[in-house]
Amino acid sequence: MIQKIIFNILQVLVVMLLSPLVKGVIDCLKENIQSKKGPSIFQPYRDIWKLFHKDEVVSEQSSWIFRFTPFICFTTPMFVALLIPVLTDYPLFFAFMADMLGGGFILALGGFFAALAAVDTGNPYGPMGASRTRMVGFLAEPVFMIVFFTVSFVAGSTIPYIVQKVWVTPIANFFEPSHVLVMLAFLMLILAESGRIPVDNPSGHFELAMIDESKGLEYSGRGAALMKWGGCMKFFVLLCIFLNVLVTPWGLAGSGSLWEVLLAVPLVLVKMFFFIIVLVIIESSLAKLRLYRITEFMGAAFVTSLAAVVIQLLGI
Amino acid sequence: MIQLNALAGGLFLLTAFGVLAVRQVIGCLRLFVIQSILLAASACILGYELASIHLLVVAGITLGVKSILIPWLLFRVLSHEIHARREITQVLNIPTSLLVAAAITIFAYFIAQPLLEISSAAFSRINLPIGMAGLLLGAYAITVRREALPQVLGILTMENGAFFAGVSIAPNLPLIAELAAAFDVLIIALVMGLLARKIQKQVGTTLVGKMATLKEE
Repeated sequence: MIQKIIFNILQVLVVMLLSPLVKGVIDCLKENIQSKKGPSIFQPYRDIWKLFHKDEVVSEQSSWIFRFTPFICFTTPMFVALLIPVLTDYPLFFAFMADMLGGGFILALGGFFAALAAVDTGNPYGPMGASRTRMVGFLAEPVFMIVFFTVSFVAGSTIPYIVQKVWVTPIANFFEPSHVLVMLAFLMLILAESGRIPVDNPSGHFELAMIDESKGLEYSGRGAALMKWGGCMKFFVLLCIFLNVLVTPWGLAGSGSLWEVLLAVPLVLVKMFFFIIVLVIIESSLAKLRLYRITEFMGAAFVTSLAAVVIQLLGI
Repeated sequence: MIQLNALAGGLFLLTAFGVLAVRQVIGCLRLFVIQSILLAASACILGYELASIHLLVVAGITLGVKSILIPWLLFRVLSHEIHARREITQVLNIPTSLLVAAAITIFAYFIAQPLLEISSAAFSRINLPIGMAGLLLGAYAITVRREALPQVLGILTMENGAFFAGVSIAPNLPLIAELAAAFDVLIIALVMGLLARKIQKQVGTTLVGKMATLKEE
């Protein structure tokens, strides 16, 4: 019991400490692939450290939402990290507190407050970015729902630990068409939710084209650091759900020994590294879609997930 | 094995959606190649499981004709300009036509249901509805797309769908029929490709939508 609580807290610590590293690796690889040198992979840590030591400027016109939001954006991914398999393949202490839909709602709460805070300051770019994020969000919502419906039909549960077990044993389940289609749809969903290239350019600094980045423009000092760190953690958590539950449900600690749990950390990082390579290839070979083409992208994701559910329910 | 066949079926369905929704003509052609390879893979798996040499030959013919010969033919006959073009005008916009396509797929599953009660083979539970969906989606692609080559690909998708359903229902179809069908499709593709080339030379475009009115010199 005590052990499970400790492991659970360990998971949150892993998410907190390693998430900037993942972002650093992505940035570095992306520059490398464009034959540039690229920043150090520890650059996000330095950025966060620097921002924590700077003064914070908050507009007089803004309300409590603006001051409160960085904390929500920072804490919501931590709560999700309690629920999902980051290191172990057996349920930990808080695992049954909420299922995948619950985790999705917790993440959506962070997004909701970020959008409110962007509108709050009256900066012209904030509301624009917020409304665009909401547009992508509501297009992503049906895909999200149908992916989880498919998953729950297959596994008979939406608790991520149980879902993951269903796809490992027997191995033939891994090649089920609904599983492959759900993976594809979820990949598109991750690209949309974390503002990656076919939907949004994460490294773009042109305010009119921004979707995700413009929400945090008004933050400075500690608030900016928390928003940035929270964004990294959200991405890390999404990757954990995608990789540990759907794509590669192997390499997690199976027993209660501490060494095995610690060994799972580098394994998870290796899995993420391979996924990051795929992500960087996608980002470097595609162009950003025009805003009105995003509906087509999400429509394709929706139809993919719908095909998964149709094949699952009516087919086999 | 049955899982692998189902996987091929799922991806087959996905490529049929793709032929419907991809804007770029060359992308459409690539998807058709992938679809033909998947069809061959499914025929191969079925041939192995049912120990039918016919199906293996069918897989070989499909691979040779549909995934190599026809795309190469269409690529050579039509000018490069057509392949690089993006289609701007569709009858329905892409999200709508994708939703209609999803509805068509569900419909295909329902009309395949009574047929499944007659045939008892495990493979036809997967292949028959997906093949039927491919058939209907190909027909739908012909109606909504405005460019000549995607329409040709729509017809070929219909043909693929019919084969995909066919290999599971009639595994011991005489080889001569398969050969005739493959040859037929090749000739169809050639004739249509040449026709589209001729049209492009005369009218300067292969946008089918613009050809609704007859012109007199």
